[in-house]
Amino acid sequence: MSVTVYVPRDSAALAVGADRVARRIADEAARRGLDVHIVRNGSRGLFWLEPLVEVRTERGRIAYGPVTPDDVPSLFDAGFLSGGAHTLHLGPTEEIEYLKNQERLTFARMGITDPLSLDDYRAHDGFGGLRHALTLKPEEIVQQVLDSGLRGRGGAAFPAGIKWKTVLEAQAAQKYIVCNADEGDSGTYSDRMVMEGDPFMLIEGMVIAGLATGATQGYIYTRSEYPHAIATMNEAIRLAEAAGHLGGFKLEVRKGAGSYVCGEETALLESLEGKRGIVRAKPPVPALAGLFGQPTVVNNVITLASVPIILARGAAFYKDYGMGRSRGTLPLQLAGNIKHAGLVEKAFGVTLRELLYTYGGGSASGRPIKAVQVGGPLGTYLPESQWDVPLDYEAYAAIGGVLGHGGIVVHDDTADLSRLARYAMEFCAIESCGKCTPCRIGSTRGVEVIDKISQNQNRTQQVQLLRDLCDTMVHGSLCAMGGMTPYPVLSALNHFPQDFGLVNPDPQAA
Amino acid sequence: MTTVSTAETLALVDEVLTRRAAEPGALLPILHELQDALGFIPADVVPRIAEALNLSRAEVHGVITYYHHFRSQPAAGRVLQICRAESCKAMGADDLIAHAEHKLGCAMHGHSIDGAYTLEPVYCLGLCASSPALMLGDELHGRMTPQRLDALLAQEAQP
Ligand SMILES: Cc1cc2nc3c(=O)[nH]c(=O)nc-3n(C[C@H](O)[C@H](O)[C@H](O)COP(=O)(O)O)c2cc1C
Ligand code: SF4
Ligand code: FES
Repeated sequence: MSVTVYVPRDSAALAVGADRVARRIADEAARRGLDVHIVRNGSRGLFWLEPLVEVRTERGRIAYGPVTPDDVPSLFDAGFLSGGAHTLHLGPTEEIEYLKNQERLTFARMGITDPLSLDDYRAHDGFGGLRHALTLKPEEIVQQVLDSGLRGRGGAAFPAGIKWKTVLEAQAAQKYIVCNADEGDSGTYSDRMVMEGDPFMLIEGMVIAGLATGATQGYIYTRSEYPHAIATMNEAIRLAEAAGHLGGFKLEVRKGAGSYVCGEETALLESLEGKRGIVRAKPPVPALAGLFGQPTVVNNVITLASVPIILARGAAFYKDYGMGRSRGTLPLQLAGNIKHAGLVEKAFGVTLRELLYTYGGGSASGRPIKAVQVGGPLGTYLPESQWDVPLDYEAYAAIGGVLGHGGIVVHDDTADLSRLARYAMEFCAIESCGKCTPCRIGSTRGVEVIDKISQNQNRTQQVQLLRDLCDTMVHGSLCAMGGMTPYPVLSALNHFPQDFGLVNPDPQAA
Repeated sequence: MTTVSTAETLALVDEVLTRRAAEPGALLPILHELQDALGFIPADVVPRIAEALNLSRAEVHGVITYYHHFRSQPAAGRVLQICRAESCKAMGADDLIAHAEHKLGCAMHGHSIDGAYTLEPVYCLGLCASSPALMLGDELHGRMTPQRLDALLAQEAQP
């Protein structure tokens, strides 16, 4: 009888040798005359264990990892095909603490299924949301999304239902659903994981969005840095369409070209129209005049991917998770200097400290954690005094922070926050669309000013200048690129002044 | 460098334009397809693209130069892109980049001395949980160290 072995095909697994491991397992099985069926699943998101190989046994799926090609013969010798003991043996996958204590709603199928198997998708509750949506009127679908409390997961946290309602009520011959899959933030990879690991879920969400608003054409705009996601999405669309799951909804993947600001929704629309990705002034909002001037829903991947379960299980089920006005779950992405880097889906309200230590296991280097940037390159650096704030949109706003797309980048005590502040300004200068002066020129000046501070040239005046400059960027920029670059810069300055040479270092610490 | 496209290249360009020009917002898909096939967008195909899409040459040129991904010159050899965004920085990307620059004998955006590589920065490959990360050609590599990069380049050098 054939034994099923799972070897992930997620980019992050491929980047640490998953293809070589899969080949070695196939070769070794052939050599030993064993019947092994290899499934290339998505990743469970336990990236420090990748390549994470699983074997289907009578006791459920048993995990081994991280597996290198050279480990493969010894795995066979140890009888891993029946879950045998081995130094890489991790026990039943579902029992691994990191995974067991999560609240996986959107990522429920992640790593379990073959991403391109419609049978797998259906067998694991796929298309349940779409089936229910097909029995509802557009207004009723929109009401479900409103009632669920779902807010946009791409950064601005705007209620998805309100956006959908605006598009539904707009009169136009053509409406569009645009999925923002540009995911340019450092420390984020949940959109990529969805596209590579559960693409039918995103397709299902977009088809439901089409039914809810009257849009018949959808675009998934993603990054040229994501070749595997693009290939998987294209194949999934082809399969879903051939099986009749799109119901006439047209869906296409479009590739960006290495521009961070094209993640901003209006710049994204310009890029989709074949132009330079420059931010448009709002109003009009895209919901009224979006792609090619038509009413357009622009939603992040995770926003759209959260819709199927809301429609399948009901708004109340989803809303039960979370706290305050932050409802449901957020896929948090641990990255940077962290021992157990990976994806943790939890209801809003978990704290950074819990993520860093209970899930993350502390820093990868073993040194003390110094600063954590939450919410991507435009998010603030949080010092330890802020690690107990619950992850909730309002609670973070109250400390001047943002959750953004849920990216968490950890730095140990060797990090120099003045260098990271400088980098934030430099990144803004490189990626600015150029439309407004505070962002285009201010960021370049910001780099120079931080250099002067570091070299102690009129440090006190230069610090004042940096604050003034940040103030101008916050108030004078058209979009959050220029408007939020001061967040990482000022949080670094305020919480870690010693890195800018501003307070005498503690003599005890020297 | 001036590039005069061969008849073969121009035929390819015309084929792509005929096939795609009518798509809504066709310019980026067209540029991607051309760059994937040719390795860059030769200057002398710009007027043809402009004409097919009913745009000015300046508009097409503006789009090509706006996006970091598009090239107006061919890359030397293989493209080595190293991530220099925050998560990779936290795991030693700056040292990795310094090592690559030293090893290849060029700075970022430059060509290696032997002409085998073009070195470029990239701002996140979505491999942040396996930082630092890089892309060599179309292959991704995570958990990189200077030693692993050396091994990778040595392996590449073998016939
Ligand atoms: C500079 C900049 C970059 C952005 N990048 C992204 C991105 O990569 N992905 C994303 O979904 N939203 C991004 N956004 C937010 C979008 O403009 C927009 O709010 C989002 O696509 C709306 O979808 P949502 O309501 O589902 O979050 C960015 C915004 C700015 C200002
Ligand atoms: S803030 Fe920067 S990126 Fe945003 S519109 Fe202005 S110049 Fe463009
Ligand atoms: S920050 Fe380097 S891969 Fe994301």
